[in-house]
Amino acid sequence: MTTLPAATPARKPASGAQQKLLAFASLIALLVFFSVASPNFLQTSNILAILQATSVNGVLAIAATLVIITGGIDLSVGTLMTFCAVMAGVILTNAGMPLPLGIVGAIAVGAICGTISGTLVAKMKIPPFIATLGMMLILKGLSLVISGTKPIYFNDTPGFSQISTGSLIGKIVPTVPVPNGVLILFVLALVIGYVLNRTVLGRYCFALGSNEEAVRLSGVNTDAWKIAIYALAGSICGIAGLIIASRLNSAQPALGLGYELDAIAAVVIGGTSLAGGRGSILGTMIGALIMAVLLNGLRVMSVAQEWQTVVTGGIIIAAVYADMLRRRRAAS
Amino acid sequence: MTQLVRMTGIDKHFPGVHALRSAQFDLMPGEVHALMGENGAGKSTLMKVLSGIYQPDGGTVEVSGQAVSIHGPRAAQALGIGIIHQELALMNDLSVAQNIFIGREPRRSFGRLDEAQLNADAQAIFAQMKVHIDPRAEVRSLSVARQQMVEIAKALSFRSRILIMDEPTAALNEAETNELFAIIRGLRAEGVGVVYISHKMDEIRRISDRVTIMRDGAYVGTVNAADTPIETIISMMVGRALENVHVDIPDLSSAPVALEVRGLNRGRVIRDVGFSVRQGEILGFAGLMGAGRTEVARAIFGADPRDSGEIIVHGKTETIRSPKDAVDAGIGYLSEDRKHFGLALGLDVRANVGMTSLARFSNAIGVLNEAALEKTARDYIAQLAIRTPSDRQEVRLLSGGNQQKIVIAKWLLRNCDILIFDEPTRGIDVGAKAEIYRLMQALAADGKAIIVISSELPEVLRLSHRIAVMCEGRLTGILPGGPGTSQEEIMRLATLKHRSPEEALA
Ligand SMILES: Nc1ncnc2c1ncn2[C@@H]1O[C@H](COP(=O)(O)OP(=O)(O)OP(=O)(O)O)[C@@H](O)[C@H]1O
Ligand SMILES: [Mg+2]
Repeated sequence: MTTLPAATPARKPASGAQQKLLAFASLIALLVFFSVASPNFLQTSNILAILQATSVNGVLAIAATLVIITGGIDLSVGTLMTFCAVMAGVILTNAGMPLPLGIVGAIAVGAICGTISGTLVAKMKIPPFIATLGMMLILKGLSLVISGTKPIYFNDTPGFSQISTGSLIGKIVPTVPVPNGVLILFVLALVIGYVLNRTVLGRYCFALGSNEEAVRLSGVNTDAWKIAIYALAGSICGIAGLIIASRLNSAQPALGLGYELDAIAAVVIGGTSLAGGRGSILGTMIGALIMAVLLNGLRVMSVAQEWQTVVTGGIIIAAVYADMLRRRRAAS
Repeated sequence: MTQLVRMTGIDKHFPGVHALRSAQFDLMPGEVHALMGENGAGKSTLMKVLSGIYQPDGGTVEVSGQAVSIHGPRAAQALGIGIIHQELALMNDLSVAQNIFIGREPRRSFGRLDEAQLNADAQAIFAQMKVHIDPRAEVRSLSVARQQMVEIAKALSFRSRILIMDEPTAALNEAETNELFAIIRGLRAEGVGVVYISHKMDEIRRISDRVTIMRDGAYVGTVNAADTPIETIISMMVGRALENVHVDIPDLSSAPVALEVRGLNRGRVIRDVGFSVRQGEILGFAGLMGAGRTEVARAIFGADPRDSGEIIVHGKTETIRSPKDAVDAGIGYLSEDRKHFGLALGLDVRANVGMTSLARFSNAIGVLNEAALEKTARDYIAQLAIRTPSDRQEVRLLSGGNQQKIVIAKWLLRNCDILIFDEPTRGIDVGAKAEIYRLMQALAADGKAIIVISSELPEVLRLSHRIAVMCEGRLTGILPGGPGTSQEEIMRLATLKHRSPEEALA
């Protein structure tokens, strides 16, 4: 009764892939443009600077991607990153504990804060925007309170700066001294990409964003999964906190506000839908790279900082518009 | 008389799907023309071409003898073509009148809206339809049937000469269906041409003048409704004759009770409902729309809170506070509203089928076994004859009936001991319906307890070993299944207001 074979060989849904392709093409175009425009652009040192600049925003964007795919939003990623950095300072510098404890502590603090955000959203039914806006301010305040508004330096923990600025790869292949912060970003992207596409948690991320009620009625404990997703995002912010503190060799309590918007921008440029249910880590990585390349390229071409911000805004709108156009074409 | 519509050689491809293969259709003024075919035959697609939503890849469309190309819904409206979609598309937060005239609101100076005029215009349309709906009511507060009426009013407000209705009665009860038919007959008398899509065979004879049958995206034939036996139409649809399924009521007196519900209450919608189902039994739930059957199912399943009530599974009282508790206790619920409650439409077939049972397809750290998931999904695609290019197709791109089959697949996969089917065959074609009946009977024979909620009495009668009837939140009686029970008896209990079950059975 069917003329179609019951199941033809698997065809990947084209939608997400096309947006990624588009984003990737834009990235290449930007690279080509800046290389032609400025001979300094393609220097190894400059490429490494771009990657270095991507590492913090990229990690935060990965955290934001998880939450956004569930149909939520996390405005607290930036200040949570700072809070985790400050807590690392408290553990390592103020309490003088060993380095591994500081690393685990910072990530655990991130996970706990994520759990709180997740609980506010899932159990208390506070809209994610509001819940994480509140968390954003609370964490910003707490960072200042705990640190006494002064930076905490890591001078007593010699290995700490190696987390971000050391180069494991450089030790093995001296010609490409990729800093560890960048290595962490790429490893994390691979891991979370795998989690999203190959694990139960990832599947529920997409399912929650697509139709939460249907998932609940499938007998899934949606609240618990949502909290788990926010907690995972929080612990990733902890990693970002370690990277940035290590790079600055200090926890700067006043830093953090505004980072959430850059992270969300990278996610959106990468084709993840703010409505939830659609998105990818690969896209987010490309999005973060586009932003970093753009800012770096403009700087190399000596464009004023003010204009760099203007261009970033334009890129976000252009990226989302391109996505809209593509979807409209796909729908007809 | 020239034809209102003539479509010939219409072709339409979607990625991986050849949805229409040189399809044809025509419509006369003042006729109700039924369009029939199995799930995924291309009925909705053909009508979306006519209403400008899809552009055909080939073929011609003529309206009143003029070749036209219809570039969008607005162009269709301008040609007098109105469509009421299979899935209702109203804005729940707006009022009835605001919905009807969305985008065409009467204005006063300085762009202010003229709400009084808006409501009066809506009122005028309802008067013409001879229905009473308050134009100021919020659409959310209306029953599905009333929402349907609003959709019709919206289509009429464009002064449509051609009105397409895609499964309008899928969610309507008998009385509401009659009301709808009265409206359709009124329109026909005024010379409107109506395209009527439905899977309910009995309606075709009652309302339509001609029937066009489609299969696999192609035109099969057009017949007169009055002098063509239903069996002929069915065999044209499915390409073979269907055997009938009969109830064969097993003796279950010694079978253990699988589920017992005692003193279930929830506000005014569920009042003191109690019943039990044995292993291997199919218990039908009949009643009019709004009798509280879905509410009972949702309360048992933990989807809604309940005020009181005991749920005993296999002799053990279970505390069920969430759907997860229910599933853990071995109870599955297939919602009547697949779009909102049954499916993650943006995800693919494989993900949806696996939704209830991911734990089974993952290892200790939660990594999914995609190969096993794929195999399972493909097995169900084959077993239930789900029409999809692959298990990676997004569910929203499947036809309505095929979406329903995916909901069924995901619960079959979960393998619950007690399964509650809420309107399981809504929007499903005759062939697949028979398949689902057989499946339910096989599940029961396997020792599962099955509860079937259905608004189609023939369906309840054909399937159930016993029939529970509800009215206004009360259980008004439980009748034996089989040929001994008549539709009249069920209807009597279904309309029995404010009396206790004891009296009803006396
Ligand atoms: N936008 C789309 N993209 C891809 N495939 C589609 C799309 N719309 C419909 N199809 C496919 O085209 C075929 C015909 O679908 P259509 O909705 O017209 O069926 P139907 O006859 O209305 O079925 P039902 O009775 O189940 O509503 C189906 O195989 C469906 O999966
Ligand atoms: Mg259809």
